[in-house]
Amino acid sequence: MTDRAQFSLAPTRQLRRRQIVSKLMEGVMLVSALAAIAVLGLLIATVIERGHSALSVDFFTKGPTTNFLGTTGGIANAIVGTIVIVAVATVIALPIGILVAVYTSEFARGGVRRVLAFTLDVLNGIPSIVIGIFIFGLIVLSHQQSAYAAGVALAIIMLPLVARSTQEVLALVPDSLREASFALGVSRWRTVTGLIVPASFGGILTGGTLAIARAAGETAPLLFTCALTTTKISWDPSQPLQSIPLTIFQDLEQPDPALHEQAWGAALVLLTFVLVVSVLSKAVLARNRRKLSR
Amino acid sequence: MSASATSAPRRFAFSPRRVRDRIGDAVLYVLAAAAALLVLVTVALLAYELVKQSWLAISEFGLGFVTSRAWDPVKSEFGALDFIFGTVYTSFLAVLVAAPAAIAIALFLTELAPRGFRTVIGTLVELLAAIPSVVIGLWGIFVLGPFVQHHLGPFLSRWLGFLPFFKGTPQLTGYLPAVIVLTIMILPITASVARELFLTVPRDLKEASYALGATRWETIRGVVLPQTRGGLVAAVMLGLGRAVGEAIAVTQVIGDTLGIHVSLFENGDTLASRIAAQYQAAATNIHISSLVYLALVLLVISLITNIAAQVIVRRFERQLAGR
Repeated sequence: MTDRAQFSLAPTRQLRRRQIVSKLMEGVMLVSALAAIAVLGLLIATVIERGHSALSVDFFTKGPTTNFLGTTGGIANAIVGTIVIVAVATVIALPIGILVAVYTSEFARGGVRRVLAFTLDVLNGIPSIVIGIFIFGLIVLSHQQSAYAAGVALAIIMLPLVARSTQEVLALVPDSLREASFALGVSRWRTVTGLIVPASFGGILTGGTLAIARAAGETAPLLFTCALTTTKISWDPSQPLQSIPLTIFQDLEQPDPALHEQAWGAALVLLTFVLVVSVLSKAVLARNRRKLSR
Repeated sequence: MSASATSAPRRFAFSPRRVRDRIGDAVLYVLAAAAALLVLVTVALLAYELVKQSWLAISEFGLGFVTSRAWDPVKSEFGALDFIFGTVYTSFLAVLVAAPAAIAIALFLTELAPRGFRTVIGTLVELLAAIPSVVIGLWGIFVLGPFVQHHLGPFLSRWLGFLPFFKGTPQLTGYLPAVIVLTIMILPITASVARELFLTVPRDLKEASYALGATRWETIRGVVLPQTRGGLVAAVMLGLGRAVGEAIAVTQVIGDTLGIHVSLFENGDTLASRIAAQYQAAATNIHISSLVYLALVLLVISLITNIAAQVIVRRFERQLAGR
C-alpha cells in the first residue's frame, strides 16, 4: 500500500509549492504590466477630460490676450513657435545625425567607432537642462534668446537619437548589396547616396520623426534659450518664440484657474501630437525592419 | 572617321567619371568625419562652457560647495548639499520601485504574454516614455499631489507611520510625489531595455530548463536572469541617469525648498529642479554662476552613472560574444 503511494503521479507537496510560487510570480509580472498600462491610460484620460473644454477654433488660431480678467485667448503663438523651433532643430540634427551614422557604418574602424558610439551614448545621457545651460552660455549670452538658440539646444538632444536609429537601419542593409555595388565599380559615395541611404530611407525618416516627437515635448532647454517671449504670432526664428511646453510650464506658475485650463488644453494638443507621431513612426519602423531584414 | 578618336588609348586615371568619384568619395568622407568630430567637440565644449560659466562660483566656494548647506541669494552664500541629497534620495527610491517593476514588465512581455499581444502591450509601455515631462508635471501637481495629500499619504502614515519614511503630515508637494513621478518616467525606459535583453536569451537554454521540470519562475530565475545580469544592471543605471537629470516634472511636485529629510512627506529640492526654478529669477552674477555650478555637479553625477552603465554593457556584450 505505502509502496504504491510513492509512485503516485499526483503532485507532491513540494511540487505544488513550486507551482504556486511560479504562479504568484507570474501574477506579479501581469500586475506590473497592467499597472504601467493603467498609468498611461490614466494620464491620457485626465489630459483629455480636463483639456478638451479649452479647445476651440480660437484656441488654435488666436494668440493669448493680455487682458487679465477676460478670456485667456488661444495658444496659436505657441503652436507656431514650437513648429519653428522644432523645424530649426530638425534641419540641424537630421543631416548631421545621418552623416554620423554613415561615418560609423561605412568608414570608422574598431577603435574610432567605439569612441564615437560611447560619446553618442554620453551625449544622450546628459540631462536636457544641462544642455539648455550650455546653449545659454554658448549662444544666448553673446546674442540673445531666439528660436535659433532653442533649435540648436533641441538639435543636440535629437542628434544622438537620430544617429543611433540611423545606425541601426544602416546595419540592416545586407552587405551583399554593398559588395554588389562595389563589384560593379560603383564608387563609395555613389553606393552610399544612391543605394544604402535610399534602401534604408524609411527607417531613417521614422527614426527622425521619433526624435522630433521627443524634442517637441522638451521644456528644460527652452527655459534658458527661448523664454522671454511675446504674445505675438511670429514665424521669425531670430526672435524668442513661445512654445507649447513652455506655455504649460508658465501657466502652472500662475494662480489663475483660466490659465490652468489653458495649460490642460495645451497639454492635450502636445500629447496628441507626440503620441500620434510616436505610434505612426513605430508602426512604419516595424514594417520597414521586416522588409529590410527579409 | 578620324583615327585618333579610336586608336588613342584612354588614360584611365583621367576619365571624368573616375575624377568625379574620387572627389565624391573625399567629400563624403570629409562631411561624415566632420559630423562625427562635431559630436566629440560638442561634448567637450559643453563641459568647457559649464566650467567657464561657473568659474566665479568655483573660485568663490571651491569644492566646499558640494558639502555646504547654505543657499541664500541675499547673502550670496551658496552650497549644493541639500540638492545633491534630494537628487540622490528621490532617484534612488524611484529606481528601487521602478527597477523590479520594469523587469517584471519585460518578463511579462517576453515570457508570459500571448504572442499576439506582445507588440501591442510593448508599444503601450513605450508610449509611456513618450509623454513629455511637462505633461507629467501638470498631472503631478493637479492630480497626483491632491491624491497623495488626501489618500495615499494618510494611508501610509496610518499603517506605516512607525517608519521614519512616513513621519509627519502629508502635503500637496514633497519627496513622495516626486518619487512617484520619477518612477513613472523611468519605468518604461528600463522596461524596454530589459525586454531587448530578455529577447537575446537563447531558446535552447530555456527549453532545457523546462525539460528538466523547472517551473516558469524557476526558469526565469535560473536561466533568464543570470544570462542577462550585466545588461540588467546597466538598464537600471540608465533609468537612474534619467531620474537624476529630470527637472521639469520634479520641480512642480517636490516643493522647491531647502532641507534634508528622511520623511517622504517633507518638501525638498533636487539639482535639476532648483536650476529650472531659479535660473530666470537669478539677479546676481554669483547666483547665476552658482546655479551653473549646480548644473556642473549634475553633469558629473549623470556622467558617472551613464559611463558606469556603458562600461557594464560593453563588458557584458564582450562576455556574451566571447562565449
